[in-house]
Amino acid sequence: MMPGNHEFYEHSLKLWENLSHELNYNVMFSQRAHVSLFHSPGAKDSVSRIYNIMRLHGTDAELWDLKTLKKKIPHLNYHNSRFPILGAAVQKRAGNARHDAVAWGYARAADTLGVDILQNCEVTGFTRKNGNIESIQTSRGIIKGKKIGFAVAGNTSVLWQMAELGNLPIESHKLQAFVSEAVKPLLDQVVVYGVGGAHFYISQSDKGSMVFGGDLDWYKSYAQRGNLPMVQDVAEAAMAIFPSLGRIRLLRHWAGVMDMTMDGSFFICKTPISNLYLNAGWNYGGFKASPASGWYFADLIANESPHNYVQNHNLERFEKGINIDERGAGPDPKLHG
Amino acid sequence: MIRINCPYCGERDHSEFSYGGDATINYPSLDASEKEWTEAIFFRKNIKGFQFETWHHSNGCRMWLVVERSTVTHEIKSVKPCHPDLQKVVENNK
Repeated sequence: MMPGNHEFYEHSLKLWENLSHELNYNVMFSQRAHVSLFHSPGAKDSVSRIYNIMRLHGTDAELWDLKTLKKKIPHLNYHNSRFPILGAAVQKRAGNARHDAVAWGYARAADTLGVDILQNCEVTGFTRKNGNIESIQTSRGIIKGKKIGFAVAGNTSVLWQMAELGNLPIESHKLQAFVSEAVKPLLDQVVVYGVGGAHFYISQSDKGSMVFGGDLDWYKSYAQRGNLPMVQDVAEAAMAIFPSLGRIRLLRHWAGVMDMTMDGSFFICKTPISNLYLNAGWNYGGFKASPASGWYFADLIANESPHNYVQNHNLERFEKGINIDERGAGPDPKLHG
Repeated sequence: MIRINCPYCGERDHSEFSYGGDATINYPSLDASEKEWTEAIFFRKNIKGFQFETWHHSNGCRMWLVVERSTVTHEIKSVKPCHPDLQKVVENNK
């Protein structure tokens, strides 16, 4: 709700809406509605305030009362007496996309525009000249460039230290995702809830699998595999809201390494090296931001100054005390959901 | 599951513990510059490999521990009490 943040994500959503056409590749973007459940009058007031601000800024948002919600999604657990569902906050233009198609679509469109994509090519070092980075050493040779951008979620700190730039306000944590066996059409929306220590999202893919997930594994890690306590936590969260999933089998789960930042917001900024640019720290929210992340990063590199919307998304904001999207969790990266 | 050998309770599942964070942070003096305090509070080494980190045995003895653990393989090399005096007591009782 801070100035800049809302405009950034609304722009991202608008880019998503035309992404399949722009890339000439069907990313299967489906605006099926993002349904965020609330479980107490306090939560309803809080989310009403946020969604009213969204509406005042021209973004779609609405509240569903219990009657509407029951009609739209009849098979949620409406009998939980500890955390009863009272309704939902809904953004109807939100939804999901097929992530593989997004990656392939971008790759093909970039290739058509003349971008070289080098696979299996690890960065091993940097050659500096007059304070700038002159070239990148890789496992497949040296690459020279006038301007260098880092966009390497999860391993940003490793590259940053390789360039002898010291520490970053980032820790690497892993976040798991889960996919079940395919079932007949069961859920038409993306359903999210967070109450009583739980944090859970779920939707159904076009193949029929239930796709869901929850919190980080809670300890710092670069290991790209999830641990079992979180599998149990997420399964419990699923059962609390969707008891009908009780007999469904889990096909696979995996973990990705996240840049978790000290305030839960990202970086699109210049760095102490004048020809190096940083795009990092996407926490839980990188996928929805992908098109805008690329757009504003390209804008920064081309024009040498950040767009108004991302002008505070820099490394100096901690020293200056600039708030971006804080929820008062304090300087602990794992707490920024 | 990571197994953490608590010096007070023995080897337990990591789900009994809560992860604290980097155990090597040194806070500067109160009159140090804002730059130094920003560095201490917000900036992290984010080591890929073995690091010293704190864990709280929150569902056990409730003591804070320093664990030397790899952030890649999750292998643990050592577990000690956070408090230096308690470290001595544990060492002397071995």
